[in-house]
Amino acid sequence: MKRKLIGALVGAAAMSLAAGQAVAQKAGAKVSGDMVKIGVLTDMSGVYSDLGGQGSVTAAQMAIDDFKAQAKPAWKIELVYADHQNKADVGSNKAREWYDTQGVDMITDALNSAVALAVSKVTLEKKRILIDTGAASTRLTNEDCSPNTVHYVYDTYALANGPGKAVTKQGKDSWFFLTADYAFGHSLEKDTSDAVKASGGKVVGAVRHPLNASDFSSFLLQAQSSKAKVVGLANAGGDTINSIKAANEFGLTKNQTIVGLLTTIIDIHALGLPTTQGMMFTEGFYWNLNNETREWSRRFFGKHKKMPSMLHAGTYSAVMTYLKAVQATGTDEADAVMKQLKATTINDMFAKGGKVRADGRMVHDMYLVEVKKPAESKEPWDYYHIKAVIPANEAFQPMSLSRCPLVKK
Amino acid sequence: MNRQLVGYGLLLALMLVAPTLVYPVLVMKILCFALFACAFNLLIGYTGLLSFGHAVFLGTAGYVAGHSIKVWGFPPEIGLIFAALAAAALGWVIGSLAIRRSGIYFAMITLALAQMMYFFFLQAPFTGGEDGLQDVPRGKLLGIIDLADDFNLYYFVLAIFIFAFWLIHRTIHSPFGQVLKAIRENEARAISLGYDVAKYKLLAFVLSAGLAGLAGATKTLVFRFATLTDAHWHTSGEVVLMTLLGGMGTVFGPVVGAATIVTLQNELADKVGSLVTVIMGAIFVVCVLAFRRGIVGELGALYKRITGNR
Repeated sequence: MKRKLIGALVGAAAMSLAAGQAVAQKAGAKVSGDMVKIGVLTDMSGVYSDLGGQGSVTAAQMAIDDFKAQAKPAWKIELVYADHQNKADVGSNKAREWYDTQGVDMITDALNSAVALAVSKVTLEKKRILIDTGAASTRLTNEDCSPNTVHYVYDTYALANGPGKAVTKQGKDSWFFLTADYAFGHSLEKDTSDAVKASGGKVVGAVRHPLNASDFSSFLLQAQSSKAKVVGLANAGGDTINSIKAANEFGLTKNQTIVGLLTTIIDIHALGLPTTQGMMFTEGFYWNLNNETREWSRRFFGKHKKMPSMLHAGTYSAVMTYLKAVQATGTDEADAVMKQLKATTINDMFAKGGKVRADGRMVHDMYLVEVKKPAESKEPWDYYHIKAVIPANEAFQPMSLSRCPLVKK
Repeated sequence: MNRQLVGYGLLLALMLVAPTLVYPVLVMKILCFALFACAFNLLIGYTGLLSFGHAVFLGTAGYVAGHSIKVWGFPPEIGLIFAALAAAALGWVIGSLAIRRSGIYFAMITLALAQMMYFFFLQAPFTGGEDGLQDVPRGKLLGIIDLADDFNLYYFVLAIFIFAFWLIHRTIHSPFGQVLKAIRENEARAISLGYDVAKYKLLAFVLSAGLAGLAGATKTLVFRFATLTDAHWHTSGEVVLMTLLGGMGTVFGPVVGAATIVTLQNELADKVGSLVTVIMGAIFVVCVLAFRRGIVGELGALYKRITGNR
């Protein structure tokens, strides 16, 4: 606790030394209305509500409470939240209203890529901050990047690249893809294929299935007869769950490894270990990683009755980091806070040595996990073996490939 | 008659000051959905055709407007007209196929064709798939008025709405509208009277599709994006709900219905959290069970009863 405080103080001191002129300006700046207002915009009633939803609200509230206890700020902090119902127009309308009439300073979560992209535009227009912990699209930090948006937890590149490299290097070097036939599935397949090939593996085939398919048997038979060592699932939500179930029924899992490209602890909890054992995928956070994650996650569990997903942990970390940046700069003015965020190294239970890059991407270590056999699991929610840590500089899209206009090349 | 004029005048005055009282973007959204519901009502309320794929026109026009304004650099007013025409053209294609059948088969054909278009939008590269077509500039109206300002845009949207509402009102009260009502009441009799029913139905369908398209295009301009939600069958269901709740076959019903649903969706979003959808479902059930004529329909009946008793 003390060390964190000292860290924050040292950071603040360094900042003010580095930019002497900025200090003079900042003397006049202060937190507007003596209130920092944070909005959690999430899906509370639809398909992603377990991944984000109420859990994200709980996590954000925890961060606010912890920050108040640690830093005793002179200003008030308030939390508002809304259910965007996975509709971009509801999400963007709510964000606009929050910014215009309620004085919200920062919006977080914003899962669902269409909502996130829409809110990112509104945020730029209104000069506030979006720290997105929920959406997957890499567009947020590429074509549609914004100086006021931070993409905090994961993206499709990180989810695809991690297993593509790490699994291949472990000798499982021939891949077959089961791909949902739309843009999201295609980009997952492409990113993973590139990583597999770059690591010396080969892709022996792929089959496209329609969105929300109910019968996966013919696709899985193709996957089985391909004799590939790995079957990559480039799909999401209900499609992932159905294909995992079907793969288990067809006995695919005996000889081949299933790699989910968008799978989280929430899916594993829903399907159970007998069905999912041996699966591999990338996670940004696992509660049972070390003492610090366990301590935080148990506190979260006490309030939410479920272990946190990477979105929940990310939302806590994002809110905490944001509040510290406001504390350090002494203002909630977006440009100053963004500058501070990009200068901070994030060290907490979620990220070690996390950095916000110029394109808005927060880079941190990701984890390649393998689902335990039922016998190996010692307690509820004890689901993963950590097979590899993917270091921050390899986990995310390198800046050299960035399509973001903010990145100077 | 005079009283009616006064009523319209009061409403217009209210609409003119609305953005100072309520959040303008919300009012614009209400106007877009009200127009959408009015267009739908023209079909179900006055012609008796239940299209269960009407969102496809909203969505198509949204994408067409977005793409033409963003990529081809159309000015906003041309983009809107172009998008409405595109939706009307699509309406002609879907309508020609669908009106060959009636009742549930008609509804299913419209739904099936709308789903096909939905999957096209999901796959087509220019829509951005599930990320949506984002960052559409609002542009300058006629090259002069800057629509990036919410107030300017509001009055533009209001003008579009009033024009479309007037057009619908005109249509309903024209001889053409009388024939549509005759078809709704008794199709066989309308045929026996010598009307080419198929032609009238198709024309009503195309008109409805074009106006729904105008709503979708305007919505894109307001929000600066078009997403798959607009073309999804949920939206087709929502417009049925709006029309039924407000009062099917009444002029103002769809407007009231749309305002109610959009306001609830928006205002409940940060008050009850996950209960939004449950509340909407409950409202629908109560509406169908207790007041089938919808809000405006019931009020109208009440008004008639009171004045009739006098």
